[in-house]
Amino acid sequence: MTETYALEARNITKRFPGVLANDHVNFALKKGEIHALLGENGAGKSTLMNIIYGLYSPDEGEIVIDGQLTQIHNPHDAIHKGIGMVHQHFMLVPVFTVVENIILGAEVTRGLSLDLHTARKQIRELSQNFGLEVDPDAIVEDLPVGIQQRVEILKALYRDAKILVLDEPTAVLTPQEAEDLFKIMRHLTARGVSIIFISHKLKEVLAISNEITVMRRGRVVGSTTPAETDERGLASMMVGRDVILTVDKEPAQPAEIVLSVSGLTVRDERKVEVVSNVSFEVRKGEILGIAGVQGNGQTELAEALTGLRAFESGEIILNGEEIPPMNPRHLIEHGMAHIPEDRQKHGLVLPYAVADNEVLCTYYVPPYANGIQRNDKAIQANAKELIKRFDIRTPGPNTPAGNLSGGNQQKVIVAREFTRPVKLLIANQPTRGLDVGSIEYIHNQIIEMRDRGIGVIVISAELDEIMSLADRIAVMFHGEIVGMLDPETVTREELGLYMAGSKRME
Amino acid sequence: MEAVQPNADWQRWWARYGTMSSLGAGILILVLISFASNPNETEAVLSSTLRQSTPLILGALCGLLGERSGVINIGIEGQMLLGAFVGFMTNVWLSSVPEMGDGPRLFLAVLAGVSAGAVLGALLALMSVTLKIDQIIGGTVINILALGITGFFYTVNVQTSGKLQPVPLGPLVDIPLIGPVLFDNPPITYATIALVFLVHYVLFYTRWGLRTRAVGEHPRAADTLGVNVFTVRYVNVIVGGALAGLAGAFLTIEAVGSFERAMTNGRGFLALAVMIFGKYTPLGAWGAALLFGFATAMQSQLQFGGEIDIPHQFIGMLPYLLTIVVLAGFVGRTRVPAADGIPYEKE
Repeated sequence: MTETYALEARNITKRFPGVLANDHVNFALKKGEIHALLGENGAGKSTLMNIIYGLYSPDEGEIVIDGQLTQIHNPHDAIHKGIGMVHQHFMLVPVFTVVENIILGAEVTRGLSLDLHTARKQIRELSQNFGLEVDPDAIVEDLPVGIQQRVEILKALYRDAKILVLDEPTAVLTPQEAEDLFKIMRHLTARGVSIIFISHKLKEVLAISNEITVMRRGRVVGSTTPAETDERGLASMMVGRDVILTVDKEPAQPAEIVLSVSGLTVRDERKVEVVSNVSFEVRKGEILGIAGVQGNGQTELAEALTGLRAFESGEIILNGEEIPPMNPRHLIEHGMAHIPEDRQKHGLVLPYAVADNEVLCTYYVPPYANGIQRNDKAIQANAKELIKRFDIRTPGPNTPAGNLSGGNQQKVIVAREFTRPVKLLIANQPTRGLDVGSIEYIHNQIIEMRDRGIGVIVISAELDEIMSLADRIAVMFHGEIVGMLDPETVTREELGLYMAGSKRME
Repeated sequence: MEAVQPNADWQRWWARYGTMSSLGAGILILVLISFASNPNETEAVLSSTLRQSTPLILGALCGLLGERSGVINIGIEGQMLLGAFVGFMTNVWLSSVPEMGDGPRLFLAVLAGVSAGAVLGALLALMSVTLKIDQIIGGTVINILALGITGFFYTVNVQTSGKLQPVPLGPLVDIPLIGPVLFDNPPITYATIALVFLVHYVLFYTRWGLRTRAVGEHPRAADTLGVNVFTVRYVNVIVGGALAGLAGAFLTIEAVGSFERAMTNGRGFLALAVMIFGKYTPLGAWGAALLFGFATAMQSQLQFGGEIDIPHQFIGMLPYLLTIVVLAGFVGRTRVPAADGIPYEKE
């Protein structure tokens, strides 16, 4: 016998109607290691993890834990066998306290009553042992996302998890929070926890894992280690062809000003000033990147610019014309396109068909409307053309947008916004949660818009995205623009200092 | 405008309980003044308040258990009505058994009413949890069903050998004002007060309560931790139905002593208003139920006291007017359980 593995999946096969989701997959996790599972959306990573966590049962194959053949029928079994899972969408009750969330389903009681006192003590001990600081009595919805994730990890540890599955844990985190998470992961492995790290972010996978397994279309296409490969190698394994990771673009040809913002101040629902006296301008044919750690006013700035939020003072001038506050339709008709931060909440009507989502901005004008009637023929024709042109993977124009993958949902939005006669594009986190192939596609589309002479604002928390797309970078910190930088000359470190608020331009 | 930061403890306390406590204090002062000038009438109004509030709080507890676990129950009215009918008819049948004593007869009658409510609770659970029918429609089905069944089977001119009688609690009765109002009541009224605190304890201090609330807020999270969402919902909705059945039994076996068609008269719906006014908490709902009970008691006092010259139709509006004013103005932000009314689908 060679060394024992913490967990082995042998020859796992899982069929869904019409899809072979896992095709004789082999995967082995060594004790105390971080094993990355890399693959595009739909490659079969989630299916494999759901099998390990007992949510699906495999058609063929077996699971071996600590050298012993094991049957896992449901999550309860999995928890029992020492497997803990941190889902991409957190499984936390927002109105509960941290303690209540952690003990749910494994409550300590004294007589009939819950023994919160003991639970609190146990959680404090766990926090200290594993370096996961969190206030047990805080209400979960008041906590930042990074801390909520710690609660999820604590939840697994509280149930004595020896194997931790982290499903796209960094998708919702800021770069700083991701750094903290990596520290925690190293801490955990040092204490004997083994981690399966699911991701499609190449840099992170290379930085943190001991081993990497790459999946494509339900199959394991290769295993490697960070020492043996690099980003290019991983990307081509993942996608099955060479991927250009850096964006290729000509120097910008800035023309006249399309948007000018001066002295803009915005308050949020709690009347706190979140955008303070911000001024900038965007010219036709250039991309202005707005960088910053999440929660520094970028969201509210984008909402004010797109007419979704009232602003307290200041002026926004689009095409030389002052825009009325809170009137999105006016903005749409005057040439503003918007890729919202949350595509599912603000970008699409998920239960609507793709075809209807493609005319959300234009349904009331010819050719899509005929007086008060819809012109279904034109709407369908439009959808068919866009699906072809933007390569949207959907069973048809009448499929609900909610059934598509994240990347294809984003393509639906891009197709809608980029095919209208627009003059200004505001793209907020345009590639969040997307896989490499989709990111490449969206980036190229944005560059193409710029080269057509459209003014573009890209707001992103991803440093790489800002660095590769932007022609100028504005950094936001605490609601102010603290620097206007040139991506050709600025370094990542310098940008980081601006984002952290330790450096500013006077 | 200055941002409101509820930092100080009293500010937080005020934000949470301010409306309730100022209403309570106001009423307390009024009651004391009134007691000083007219003790008998005050006692009568307060006793009546408690009587009127009993079916409302039981109905509200029923709604609350359902909604805290994620099932909207608008069938409380029907559950109450069937409970009232079955309880009453059991009382009628057992009255013809000569060797049956008063105690066992009334106990069995109440039990029958409670069971009838529980059966309708189980029907609602089946429709909304297993069959995933729209919960508003499910509740409506129950209301119509109960109205139909009771209307069809009810026969007039039936006799019982009596209803539940007050049980004075020893020397406690002699306390002025409080004694006769609180400690000289029939059994269901006592049980109801105990149930308010019991449900409060179960919901907020036990394992079952934690799971119930989790299922009402985020059923998938509870499911991934091994909590059976369906069981939790079934049990809560059935127990809720039993409480609504008890409210019905209260009407026919303790308060009135007889049955009439559609005698619940909207109490099941008023109970929902009481539940919302009480912000989905048993104690809050109790306060709200007492307030509505008080309004109803005042209404009959004013109508039959004959001292004020207002058309009785206007006085009759009092409890309903209060509902509108309270719901529109005083409730403030109520937080509905996040998964309320949404059937749970396993992946």
